[in-house]
Amino acid sequence: MASWKDISGVKQQIAASSAEEVTASYLETIEKSRINGFVSVWDRALEAAREIDAGGHKGPLAGVPVAIKDNISTTGLSTTCSSKILQGYVPPYDAHVIEKLKAAGAVILGKTNMDEFAMGTSTESSHYGPTLNPWDTERVPGGSSGGSAAVVAAGEAPVSLGSDTGGSVRCPAAFCGVVGLKPTYGVVSRFGLISYANSLEQIGPMATTVTDIAILMDVIGGYDSRDSTSINRKNTYSDALKDDVKGLKIGVPEEYFGEGIEKDVEKAVWDSIGKYEDMGASWKKVSMPHTKYALASYYIIAMSEASSNLARFDGTRYGFRAEEGENWHTMASKTRAQGFGSEVKRRILLGTYALSAGYHDKYYLKALKVRTLVKQDFDRAFTDVDVLMAPTMPTPAFKIGEKIDDPLSLYLADVNTVPINLAGVPSISVPCGFSGGMPVGLQIIGKPFDENTILRAAYSFEQNTGHHKVRPREVA
Amino acid sequence: MVYENPDGVKIGLEVHVQLNRLNTKLFCGCSTDYHNDEPNTHVCPVCLGLPGSLPVINERAVEFAIKIGLALNCEIVEQTQFHRKNYYYPDLPKGFQTTQYDYPIASRGKIVIEGEDGERVIRVTRAHMEEDPGRLQHIGTIEKSKGTLINYNRSGMTLIEIVSEPDMRSPKEARRYLDKLRSILDYLDVFNGDLEGAMRVDANVSVFNGERVEVKNISSFKGAERALLYEIMRQKNHVRRGGKIVLETRHFDEARGVTISMRTKEEEHDYRYFPEPDLVPMRVADRVPGILRALPELPDAKRERFISQYGIADMHARALTTEIKVANFYEEVASQVDAKAAAVWVADILKGELNYRDIGIDAFTVEDIVAVIGLVKDDKITEQSGVQIIRTVLDEGGRPQDIVVSKGLLKVEDDIVAKAVEEAVAESPEAVADYLAGKEKSLNFIVGKVMQKTKGRADARETRERVLARINK
Repeated sequence: MASWKDISGVKQQIAASSAEEVTASYLETIEKSRINGFVSVWDRALEAAREIDAGGHKGPLAGVPVAIKDNISTTGLSTTCSSKILQGYVPPYDAHVIEKLKAAGAVILGKTNMDEFAMGTSTESSHYGPTLNPWDTERVPGGSSGGSAAVVAAGEAPVSLGSDTGGSVRCPAAFCGVVGLKPTYGVVSRFGLISYANSLEQIGPMATTVTDIAILMDVIGGYDSRDSTSINRKNTYSDALKDDVKGLKIGVPEEYFGEGIEKDVEKAVWDSIGKYEDMGASWKKVSMPHTKYALASYYIIAMSEASSNLARFDGTRYGFRAEEGENWHTMASKTRAQGFGSEVKRRILLGTYALSAGYHDKYYLKALKVRTLVKQDFDRAFTDVDVLMAPTMPTPAFKIGEKIDDPLSLYLADVNTVPINLAGVPSISVPCGFSGGMPVGLQIIGKPFDENTILRAAYSFEQNTGHHKVRPREVA
Repeated sequence: MVYENPDGVKIGLEVHVQLNRLNTKLFCGCSTDYHNDEPNTHVCPVCLGLPGSLPVINERAVEFAIKIGLALNCEIVEQTQFHRKNYYYPDLPKGFQTTQYDYPIASRGKIVIEGEDGERVIRVTRAHMEEDPGRLQHIGTIEKSKGTLINYNRSGMTLIEIVSEPDMRSPKEARRYLDKLRSILDYLDVFNGDLEGAMRVDANVSVFNGERVEVKNISSFKGAERALLYEIMRQKNHVRRGGKIVLETRHFDEARGVTISMRTKEEEHDYRYFPEPDLVPMRVADRVPGILRALPELPDAKRERFISQYGIADMHARALTTEIKVANFYEEVASQVDAKAAAVWVADILKGELNYRDIGIDAFTVEDIVAVIGLVKDDKITEQSGVQIIRTVLDEGGRPQDIVVSKGLLKVEDDIVAKAVEEAVAESPEAVADYLAGKEKSLNFIVGKVMQKTKGRADARETRERVLARINK
């Protein structure tokens, strides 16, 4: 029986029983799950919960179960990026965020399904098969953090962590009707996050409420000397939880309502903006002229970085190894040919091409220049407004198999999420209505390091609407 | 006399120096002190390239690199920038090497060497930082190997690659450049050149303004000279036979003393360099003045000072300033005894004996050499005895004061022997007459008398010669 509790609900339940009982009930739910959200369950979860009970842990997440995307390193718990090439790899160390979660008393439930190496928008490219959307099991949960979104939507975990390189937290949050935050680049340490495109990605929390997002950010955010891109800047995210948007200036970028946007999605977003107006905010249209180039720039940069980041998977030290070839190069080639799925191969090849002599300037260097222009669009817009609002995804969740053979149409679905990663700014997706019975996400984008303004806007919206309270029909 | 360089030889060198005096590796906290330890014991997620690990720059490594750059008269970059050099090899755990590309930490410097025809300036193109890969160890020979073992202890060690312009015109000049570079690095205390793999050399060679050939896998300075001699000869012969030199990379086979073609230009790697996203630029410009101020006196400056301060010969000053330890040793000696005598004793005699035994200056103490020089200066022993004392200290141990006695080296002893010979000859007119008449054996009588008088301290053979000299006078 799924429970759909938020952190405070879980803590009440622990107070009434025990962390062990709560964890056990989640494990039971996971056991019966039909959505394929988890790829592994931590065999020490119950033990960890018992230790919390025994030690009288007072941490902010004492006994709270958390689901973790399968690209975040966990000591003693296999971490595979949902790829065959990392089968059997068990990290000898915890990611920074895992250390923080454990210190706060959280109980790691297990690892969640994802697009292989976070390359995708649907969680269909996983070696473990697709995760099903709890709202409609014929549909995708979004991606790449599809497992992390779906298990929260299905009540298999109260909260989870995902990672967002080009929308991988916000897209599945929108498709599964939960809340997901992509923090400013540098706010959450990437130490232990298996890189797909390092200059773009951040670990981000997913939950059923904005309050839980803030609680998780208070735990996982902050400086880490092991990540050179980590920013030393103190912030208390839960301070932002105020129902007050009076005077908030909203910018609505017209380029985010372009070709391919579904009518009901557009309507839900405009209704939400209207709601903000009722609540005391004002809005105006803004123009972000380089948005149309963002997608190309994003894919070139991400694929280029990926081609290098994924070079280490050669079967030599860990993970899957193809049967020995006649020499090391043959073995490594076979390992990579058999270990990577087709989307990963496609991106490695395209990235290798984009960085090659003779093409480097034409593609990679040009993409970097476009990235600067995209960032300038944001800088310009934010001189005038406090936040930007747009649809997270142009459509609701599509059917499983509908787009998987057409990579380009899948890439196009990221049109509203990738500019945010190019600019490095924070963005949150909150449920804002439905289209054909499927959830729609409202994307609220903030200035660099101004998570608190978008959290306040999202929290106020939640307090004044009921979208986040609607649950999918029971799937467990 | 101007060196004409008849074959138009141009040599450029790329020297990889492992900064093994750093306590930790370039991007992680692993200890650099692995040389005597088991394989794969100085490793962590970062230098093993485990998924999710991230590099953090070792600030001290950057300071060492700046120090080297400044000592080579280079310009220092405003802020660090690292790139990824992408290629696959089992010793490279990330599938790329983190290195510097278009913004090396130091560039446009120079090293002055003693060239074929006097002082010569060799331009230093650049010096850049990068990480060392692991080490492969083949089971059996490389051709028939049953397998290969990988030791990642070396992985992530800080390397600085110093690249010269092709300004050297002979293997000898190349050798001088390497010696000078090593001397400067020795002064900076950034590396221990005695450890395996501390300095590795690649050379670019061309003749008659032809294409350049890169020679890799040179593991010693002597090897560099041999490899270059061979490669120049090979290229000259090839051209003489009507062949054309092509741009290629060759491998030096140390055992056979030959270079073997590895790959031509068409097969060159495309390394797909791009900026390392996991490292942010570190501003270093502000640190440069402080590092410059703290720079020690370098070999050339020290040599000039020794000449003017101690009035010693250029040749001695050169020998005394190659190694910082020897220079410091000399200055301590010179503060206690005559500086010129000290130069002769340290540069010519002591260094000669140390080189012969292939040991360093640490094997001898300032106190002992001061004692030896003092004994000679006070005319208590001969110079030859001084050398004998040094040899004895090195080979058998002991203190010079004791050795003088035990070996009977004091000149006073000489006088006793001379006196005894004089007396013995005077006391034995018959034996002298017999000897002069042809009875050789009668000489033994006189020698025996000398031995009696000196209580056996005289050397029998030497005494015999002295007696002979006295009789034949």
